[in-house]
Amino acid sequence: MPAPLLSLRGLTKTYGTVRANRGIDLEVAQGSIHAILGENGAGKSTLMKLIYGVETPDAGEVIWQGNPVRLTSPAEARRQGIGMVFQHFSLFETLTVVENISLIVPGRKAELAARIRELGQEYGLEVEPRAHVHSLSVGERQRVEIIRCLMTDPRLLILDEPTSVLPPQSVTRLFQTLTRLRDRGVSILFISHKLEEIRSICDRATILRDGQVTGNIDPREHDAHDLAKMMIGRDMPAPRPAIAREPGEIRLELAGLDYRPDDPFAQSLSKISLRLHAGEILGIAGVSGNGQAELARLISGETTRPAAADEIRMMGKSVGHLGAAARRKLGFAFVPEERLGRGAVPEMSLADNSLLTAHRFGLVQRGLINRSREADFTARCIKDYDVRTPGPQAEAGALSGGNLQKFIVGREIMLAPKILFVSQPTWGVDIGAATAIRRRMVDLRNDGVAVLIISEEIEELFEICDRIQVIREGRLSPSLNVAETRVEDIGRYMIGAEERAGI
Amino acid sequence: MNAITFVLAGMLAAATPFLLAALGELIAERAGVLNLGIEGMMAVGAVIAFLTVHQFGTHSLGFLLAGLAGAALSLVFAWLSISLRANQVAAGLAIGILGQGLSALFGKNYESKTVSGLPKLSVPGLGELPVVGGLFTQDFVVWIALLATFAIWAALRFSKMGLVIRAVGENPAAARSLGYPVIAIRYGAVLFGGLMAGFAGAYASTVYTPLWADGMIAGRGWIALALVVFATWMTGRVFFGAVLFGAVSLAQLAAQAGGVNLNSQLLACLPYLVTIAVLGIISSNRRLLKVNGVASLGKTYIP
Amino acid sequence: MLLSRYQLVRRSSASRRVAILAPITALLVTIVLNFVLYIAMGKAPAAVFYAMLVEPVVSWSSFSEVLLKMTPLLLIAQGLAIGFRANVINIGAEGQFILGAIFAASIPVWVPQATGGWIWPAMLLLGGIGGALWAVVPAFWRVRLNASEILVTLMMSLIATQLLAYLLVGPWKDPMGFNFPQSVMFQLDATLPLIIPGTRVNVALILALVWTLGCWVYMQRSFQGYKLIVGGLAPHATAYAGFSEGRAVWISLLIGGFAAGLAGAAEVAGPIGQLQRSVASGYGYSAIIVAYLGGLNPIGILFSSLLIAILYIGGDNAMVSTELPIAAVRVFQGSLLVCYLAAITLVRYRIVRVVTTEARA
Repeated sequence: MPAPLLSLRGLTKTYGTVRANRGIDLEVAQGSIHAILGENGAGKSTLMKLIYGVETPDAGEVIWQGNPVRLTSPAEARRQGIGMVFQHFSLFETLTVVENISLIVPGRKAELAARIRELGQEYGLEVEPRAHVHSLSVGERQRVEIIRCLMTDPRLLILDEPTSVLPPQSVTRLFQTLTRLRDRGVSILFISHKLEEIRSICDRATILRDGQVTGNIDPREHDAHDLAKMMIGRDMPAPRPAIAREPGEIRLELAGLDYRPDDPFAQSLSKISLRLHAGEILGIAGVSGNGQAELARLISGETTRPAAADEIRMMGKSVGHLGAAARRKLGFAFVPEERLGRGAVPEMSLADNSLLTAHRFGLVQRGLINRSREADFTARCIKDYDVRTPGPQAEAGALSGGNLQKFIVGREIMLAPKILFVSQPTWGVDIGAATAIRRRMVDLRNDGVAVLIISEEIEELFEICDRIQVIREGRLSPSLNVAETRVEDIGRYMIGAEERAGI
Repeated sequence: MNAITFVLAGMLAAATPFLLAALGELIAERAGVLNLGIEGMMAVGAVIAFLTVHQFGTHSLGFLLAGLAGAALSLVFAWLSISLRANQVAAGLAIGILGQGLSALFGKNYESKTVSGLPKLSVPGLGELPVVGGLFTQDFVVWIALLATFAIWAALRFSKMGLVIRAVGENPAAARSLGYPVIAIRYGAVLFGGLMAGFAGAYASTVYTPLWADGMIAGRGWIALALVVFATWMTGRVFFGAVLFGAVSLAQLAAQAGGVNLNSQLLACLPYLVTIAVLGIISSNRRLLKVNGVASLGKTYIP
Repeated sequence: MLLSRYQLVRRSSASRRVAILAPITALLVTIVLNFVLYIAMGKAPAAVFYAMLVEPVVSWSSFSEVLLKMTPLLLIAQGLAIGFRANVINIGAEGQFILGAIFAASIPVWVPQATGGWIWPAMLLLGGIGGALWAVVPAFWRVRLNASEILVTLMMSLIATQLLAYLLVGPWKDPMGFNFPQSVMFQLDATLPLIIPGTRVNVALILALVWTLGCWVYMQRSFQGYKLIVGGLAPHATAYAGFSEGRAVWISLLIGGFAAGLAGAAEVAGPIGQLQRSVASGYGYSAIIVAYLGGLNPIGILFSSLLIAILYIGGDNAMVSTELPIAAVRVFQGSLLVCYLAAITLVRYRIVRVVTTEARA
């Protein structure tokens, strides 16, 4: 057996008190697609940063092609032949594709542009070199990232959650590209938490949990259930079954909403129509960057449009002109996708973060804050929603993503809403917390609350929604009943194939 | 007629302190750092240059030391706002106040003293033209400032360094993940800004009005800051903005030369009023600011 | 191979202990740095130290002057701090102060013969209104035109200085004043009642203390103040919760302007007794330092305003006794803020020494 391309021995990295990686051992063979599997917070991203030289390890050694090396910077890693495609792309929106590439690839712009076109054709990664990145779709941006890596001629390509931003059909295309690269001798480190994907493309899988390696297997020899168990250390929690229930009256209605934002980098919306009833969960699927953020702000009242008040109706009232606070008074509650800085103020205590939206529930009297009621409310939220924290006085910024999300979801549910709107309910949340949050959504639905969810995880939407609509380039598909729909159907709407077919 | 000749001849010199300071601030802001201490750095540059020229009579040495003094003060700012992650606004104000205090302290015994200015160099052929001839007759610092404008424009637009500065200003985390030393680049940009502010102060105190008076910078550093906004972070527009303000600040003298009898306090307010008006017009175009703006400006970068 | 370096690690919550220790440490470091400067200038450090930092507080007569100086600083800084916490950076208090002085002076200038107990309260009120009006422009510019209030407030200050100069050489010049740029002396009823016999301390000090209490309640206890703080820390959270950002800007600037205007009125109706150029003596800028130094906290500002007032009086003393230039006080203030900003990093961060065992290639 040939020597491995890359070996890690006892790699350790600590941030403050958080031990992100502990004694990681790993071997990546020549010409293989090697998965790193683990849930959010398991230490996958830290490990990749160590391999790519963004961070340096506190202890341990890296052996590259048989020789110990010190990867002190990404430039050094690239020189050795290691390239990386980041999950949140390291592209610059105001620069062109070729300028972005010239940041790490030497050469004149005209030559670079020619090579971009050449590589694009060879690997099915076509992209216009002179386009500004802000005008590209998420999928195109990923292509730019991959091309940029390929232009440094890597022996090892690291991809951090590459499929989380792609519709199913594009995933297939990406996998073809990756297979082609492997066949030409490039090894690939593929980071994911999606089990089926790993089973379909990877030759080896290393499983991380709490910063440690807990398994080193051939993923094709195990089923998804086994992999999940290794990943989270116990059986996957079962989803909460939804009871059969006739939907009630219309709680939220968007009627032909058109929106052209001030921000030139934002997505316009056109003719968005949806109806959300009491006692159902409606999911909005789609690849990120297709107008979800703009739609969320319009529904929540963070963007108001006095001129088009009728386009949004809640509980039968026109609300397009009302701000977020006024909509909340009607019984609307909202969990935004950004937890820190939007759903919660990181520098404030949880108690003060309760006040953000729960102030109408007796926490403020005659203009003054009632501290004891504020603390009671917060303590109740912490207890009922299993938020792991020292107490109501802990700062929101000190909580993990999953715990803060549980707090925000709990706070919003405690407002006893008629409509609950949750954007990206489980982004960056560990599996335990994600399951708990999904169960809460289903419970609320069963109790007759109208629940609207925006998510990029199709599996999640299929698990809990009654109906799904797909957003693409600022337009919303017709409503699809989950019971009668397959994942591939959703995928077709995500890439726009349905529109082209004339449906 | 006389007034036009006068303004044409003087506006580039009047514009030079604005131009030098704003070019430096432009680079710092392009890298994502808002330095509100420009006024103080100019004040320190002004006093150091004045003292040096008064003592040794050498303008080049005066400019050199003034630039270094401005850079030294900006180093303290960079340490606070970049290394220690202090709020950029508070740190800038602190450095501004400190700089103005130091300027007053060092210049205390030189109040109303004068030094000699710089000779003017004329472009052969153009300098003798009627009316516009004055435009082509300037001291060498003005010529250098014009060259610097061109160099900075070219660097930001075409060079790798300019590309990296823009990348750091837009998204420092991504720049770091590509391996660029964000902290070092921001330090460099801030130091350049301090150097240029020092030069700007030196020009104001030893060439433009070679006479020492406490508070002589008189808000020009703040106007330079506003200029960067007016220019929506574009080098060419910084130049035109600086020339506009040069012309406006000459208006007082020009009006007198033209025999217009206007209140002198009102005329002194003219640059400030123009600043407020233009700021309102440019800033209300949110789209323009978003397209040309620097995404991470004023935000503390935490690696 | 062992490598060690230092890095900042965020604390899970801000340290109260360090928050109190930081300004004290900063003050000590500033004293050391500035005294090195004084020694370099050939001054006797002990004499300067005594004159600057001890003399103002040892005698009642000089301490009463400290209280007098402290009054405008306290009034202005409390108002500014509210804005700073809302991330509305009003650096034009100097101009709002001047407008307050001008508005207040309009009564004695226009009706110098008027008498009655209503005059000084009316002057204070008018001063507050004048300061607030001067802040209307930056507020409108920020809310409606999206323009930076930092630059607009500063420009408005520079304009206010010119306006004051215009009034004093033009329409409001005292005709009997030997052509000095100053207004008439105010009549007795247009000056503030003294509260401590034998000193110049007047009723404005009581106002400033009541104002401090009000600001404390507003920022620490009221929901309105909470909304402002949220806006300063996380603007997106403000929009999310449905708090109005524009209203926060208006409130911040109007409160800041009113307080500065009130201070300006109290200055002309108090120790000065007429409108003159020296009214604009930099309180508006020093108050920025006072506000930050007090941690933007109403109680902290009480202490920081006292400290800066001591420095003012001490600076005057040091000028008389050791010929230390008065500009040294500005240097001291500036460097104190620099040291303070460096020190408060440790309120949110710990310095951690990281030891790395690194395998060598």
